[in-house]
Amino acid sequence: MSDTAEAHGAARKRSFIETLEIDTRLLGMIGAFIVLCLVFHFQTDGRFLTPRNIFTLAIQTVSVAIMATGMVFVIVTRHIDLSVGSLLALCSAVMGMMQVVVMPQMMGMGFGHPLIAPLAILSGVVVGVLIGAFNGWLIGYLTIPSFIVTLGGLLIWRNVAWYLTSGQTIGPLDPTFQLFGGINGTIGPFWSWVVGGLGTAAALWSLWSARRAKQVHGFRVKPAWAELVMGGLVAAAILGFVAIVNAYEVPAARLRRLFEARGETMPEGYTTGYGLPVSVLVLIAVAIAMTVIAKRTRFGRYIFATGGNPDAAELSGINTRLLTVKIFALLGGLCALSAVVASARLTNHANDIGTLDELRVIAAAVIGGTALSGGMGTIYGAILGAIIMQSLQSGMAMVGVDAPFQNIVVGSVLVLAVLIDIIYRKRTGGFK
Amino acid sequence: MTLNPNRAAGATPLVAMKDISISFGGIRAVDHVSIDLHAGEVVGLLGHNGAGKSTLIKCLSGAYRMDSGEILIDGEKAEIHNPRDARRYNIETIYQTLALADNLDAASNLFLGRELVTPLGFVDDSRMEAETRRIMGRLNPNFRKFKVPVAALSGGQRQSVAIARAVYFNARILIMDEPTAALGPQETRMVGELIQELKRQGLGIFLISHDIHDVMDLCDRISVMKNGVLVGSEQVGDVTEDEILGMIILGKKPERAGVN
Repeated sequence: MSDTAEAHGAARKRSFIETLEIDTRLLGMIGAFIVLCLVFHFQTDGRFLTPRNIFTLAIQTVSVAIMATGMVFVIVTRHIDLSVGSLLALCSAVMGMMQVVVMPQMMGMGFGHPLIAPLAILSGVVVGVLIGAFNGWLIGYLTIPSFIVTLGGLLIWRNVAWYLTSGQTIGPLDPTFQLFGGINGTIGPFWSWVVGGLGTAAALWSLWSARRAKQVHGFRVKPAWAELVMGGLVAAAILGFVAIVNAYEVPAARLRRLFEARGETMPEGYTTGYGLPVSVLVLIAVAIAMTVIAKRTRFGRYIFATGGNPDAAELSGINTRLLTVKIFALLGGLCALSAVVASARLTNHANDIGTLDELRVIAAAVIGGTALSGGMGTIYGAILGAIIMQSLQSGMAMVGVDAPFQNIVVGSVLVLAVLIDIIYRKRTGGFK
Repeated sequence: MTLNPNRAAGATPLVAMKDISISFGGIRAVDHVSIDLHAGEVVGLLGHNGAGKSTLIKCLSGAYRMDSGEILIDGEKAEIHNPRDARRYNIETIYQTLALADNLDAASNLFLGRELVTPLGFVDDSRMEAETRRIMGRLNPNFRKFKVPVAALSGGQRQSVAIARAVYFNARILIMDEPTAALGPQETRMVGELIQELKRQGLGIFLISHDIHDVMDLCDRISVMKNGVLVGSEQVGDVTEDEILGMIILGKKPERAGVN
């Protein structure tokens, strides 16, 4: 964008947005999201934008958002994965069986053993990665279309899970494991501020180091005030979110129980907030890791190159088959993480966990600007897409929209979002 | 055209493709063809569509695997099974179809598959862009669009990115498959000048082309193929345009056989 502006003559005054170098698509999505929130807020007489509802929205979004980041890579390389919901169910079943049946009973570790949660999560991730890699091998090396492989997987993996659990609901899950679920696992106001502070510092540092890297090579950098505005916006977003989740107060009855469990009495008038949920921290970690992979590693570079022109990638010496295996294995691992969050939130594993998640995940990625024609997509876009989808669904439920209309609206929004995206790309001229 | 000093009798050719054959579904696309290339030499490969010239050269670039025959590089047998192998022998290919990833910028394309990384193993975009600016400043000083995806570039600009890739990584053997087919006259002239420059630097270049004028201007030697068979190889100085046309169209060797 910046160089086109230069080519048209440096004399042209650069607009405010251009100077900030913000992605206009991102800006549009945030704008649409804010409008959506405000509409719901007024329609529900101010119940939508409350700390409590924002907290709930956040923990409801995590599972789909984690998988959506992996789906971006799959769609960017012109593939699709319809099996993520089923794979989530299988990982959840494996982890449920491990922590309720295998480890405590068959291996005799007993309930509540500290190693149960980590080993259960490890087993789930191993299963997810292996199955993802297997799918990727079928697609990359045996050249079966990904649509078919994962359509088969959609039927296979959920029913493998059913077979493993004999169709029973597995629970209650390990208490440590349940910390990943949301309301049962928050880090409290103090540590939330610590995390928020560190996050802000890290974000500002990365802005500054990117600027310095450009200066070292003598490239043009945006004016210092633009850099400061960006830094200010980022800091406000991070610290604002922390303030909101801290403002959601733990109910007095629950607090009293917590104090009683420790053998203390609650001081009169004591209140505290929930703070950041562990599941949201997991999502943030995944988002950062996936963004770094996409932007700063060879693996990520090859994903986008392969999506843009598979032949050019192959001729440049990229092993596109192995790349396919890695991408699907990565998404498999992320499905396992989503399974941790989803089953921990429900406190048990049930057969129907993650049903229709494949569609939500694909919709989130697509609403977030990932093009099915390949080569384009961003991690933050997919996460924002997941948040918009979840807000739309929760908001309509709160307003009292009839169930059939809820799905009609969600479906229409998906199609409309892609149409707007196509028009936007035509106007701005192709790949942006 | 002066005779290339590197082609003195007995000198080992940079590339010798010997007795190459490759078939697709019963059709002999290339039938026992042998050609060679010396350092600092431009060899034109001529022939109609479907004569087998692109197929032959794709065995060298690693895009196809030959059924029989052997490739010698500096007189030693080379094993080329895929494009990665070809790169190890410093063979670079510039395709007619402009094989770039459209969604990436010039620097990402130039370094595709060979990214510069920081000590921590992350791709070093700033350094790659700086290197790209440096080499483009030498090859195509008018090139400005470093930050946009190459989809936004003209055919000539895209081709100069592809050529810069070959030059940057010290190619010794350059394969150009119709490098000017998608270009305008001015851009064609630019590519022609680049070829002369690379030749002076001692690269061996295979130039596949339809355009007989291109070939007469740029090449030292030509090899003509028809229906998968080599019609003959001639010094450009020894044959007339008509004789070359006769070879391409009729598959007829000129009366007085050339030095080859």
